[in-house]
Order: sequence, then structure tokens, then C-alpha cells
Amino acid sequence: MLFLTCPNCGVAAEETEFHGGGEAHIKRFSDGSDDKQFTGYLFDKKNPRGVLFERWRHVYGCGQWFHAARCSATLEIFGTYSAQSIEPPEAIIKAVRKKRPDWKAKS
Amino acid sequence: MSEFKRISADGEVTISQPTLNGMVTIRADLTDEKTVTAIEQITGMALPSQRKITGDLIRGLAWMSPDELMVFCDDPETMTTQLNSALSGAFLVADVSHARAVFLLQGDGTREVLAKGAPVDLSPEAFTLGDFRRTRMGQVAVAFCMTSQSPDSFGLICFSSVQEFMFEWLVTACKKGSLPAYL
Ligand SMILES: [Zn+2]
Repeated sequence: MLFLTCPNCGVAAEETEFHGGGEAHIKRFSDGSDDKQFTGYLFDKKNPRGVLFERWRHVYGCGQWFHAARCSATLEIFGTYSAQSIEPPEAIIKAVRKKRPDWKAKS
Repeated sequence: MSEFKRISADGEVTISQPTLNGMVTIRADLTDEKTVTAIEQITGMALPSQRKITGDLIRGLAWMSPDELMVFCDDPETMTTQLNSALSGAFLVADVSHARAVFLLQGDGTREVLAKGAPVDLSPEAFTLGDFRRTRMGQVAVAFCMTSQSPDSFGLICFSSVQEFMFEWLVTACKKGSLPAYL
């Protein structure tokens, strides 16, 4: 059971109040992209064992989207942050490094 | 407001549904001073802070999300017209009275009735007067708020398409002898 804090309304609730939206910070390829790029956008996800960044929506609450950093192995939540972020903010990276000193952001 | 569509008074708490309940939804930039002033003037109520309600579900103003409010009033048509002419820029005002249903729950066991279906801390320390919480009740999207204390009274809204289910659910949840007396 995940326990997430929505940065939009401040509610801390268990995962049934939310809905996962898949990997965060992926570049959308649509008009003008080739098949390979579009396939990559649709299907080639990192799916790491360990630290990952995801999109979540507070469906049963304020209805807004946000981002979460969590560990796919332990289900630990490192933090949540605004959906209007191109990359994880400094504070989130810091929180991840504190718990996972060896973690490296792969591009 | 004295007319009720239905009332159940056989359980641990009394559940009633007002026949007519005016509801107007507002989506606007709530950080804009002019917008907030206009909303406060027309509704006659102060802007609620995050996850709070001013007033109750008969006459009130509730915080729904960072850019959304819900007005509870007697005359939603006039309210919609007035808000539409007072606000400017990017905004939305819509009369949603027929799309939502309101239930009033009265009795000291109300916290426990709601706690049976919502993943929310309903202890007296965590959930207090004026709190307004959007969540789920069973599998139905709802919002509820606490409007008075001892005896406790709460208001709850859901989509009108699930109002029959919601009423039955609440009646079952408050059956005599079914409250754990934990909260
Ligand atoms: Zn939220």
C-alpha cells in the first residue's frame, strides 16, 4: 500500500484515492516524428528496479495531476512534486540521494 | 430548506436528502485578487482556504481544488448569471444542481459511518469543523464536510447518477448496533 501526499491539495492518503499515470518526464513524439520515435514514446519505458519517477492523478480528491519519486523495489515514496516540472526538482533528488547514495540518474 | 426527498431516521444517525439544492461550480484563477473579491461579493461568503468550507451544503462556499470552488445556494440560476457577468478572463461558471446530490447526516455516530467507506482519518483531532474533504465512499466519488458539533452533523455530496446507491449505502452503514464506537 502506497501512501502519497498530493502537492496540489495537501492531502496525504493511501493509493486507492489516486490513479497511476505511468513514467514521468518522457518526451512526447507525435506530429512530424518517425515511427521509431513514436514507438519509443509509446512503449520503451525505463521500468527500473529501484528509483523511478511517475505521474499520478488525485482522482478521488482534487482531480489534479502530480509527480512522485518512489522505489519500485521497496515501494518507498521519496517525495511528490508539481506536474509542471520537466525534471525532478533539486529537493526531490536530494531526498532520493539521502536514502539511495549510490543512485545515478540515467538519461 | 425544509423539503426532503427522503429521510432515514431508523439508524444510528439520521440521513436526509434535501429536495432542491442549488450548486454552482466555479473554475478560475483563485490567486487573482479581482476574481476573489467578485466571488466573495456575489456569494456573500469568504473564500475558504485549502480543503475548507465557508458555511454548509445548503448555503456555503467550498474549496474543491486549487482552481475550483463550489457554491451552495437557494437560487443557482441567478448565482450563475451574476458570476458570469462579474468574472473576466479565463474562467468557467456552471449550474450543476441537477448533476449533484446532497445528503445531510446528523448524530454523534456520523464519524464512524463515514469512516466505514472513506480512506480518511475521521478522528475528532484530525477532522474538525469546517473541514471539507473530497474522497471516495466505497467506490463512489464524494465530498463531505463537518458543519456542527455535539450532536455532530456532516454534509455529503455525490454525483446524482449514484444518489440511490449512496443513500442505500449510508442507510446500511448506520444500522443500529453496527458502529464500532472506536472514534
Ligand atoms: Zn489532491
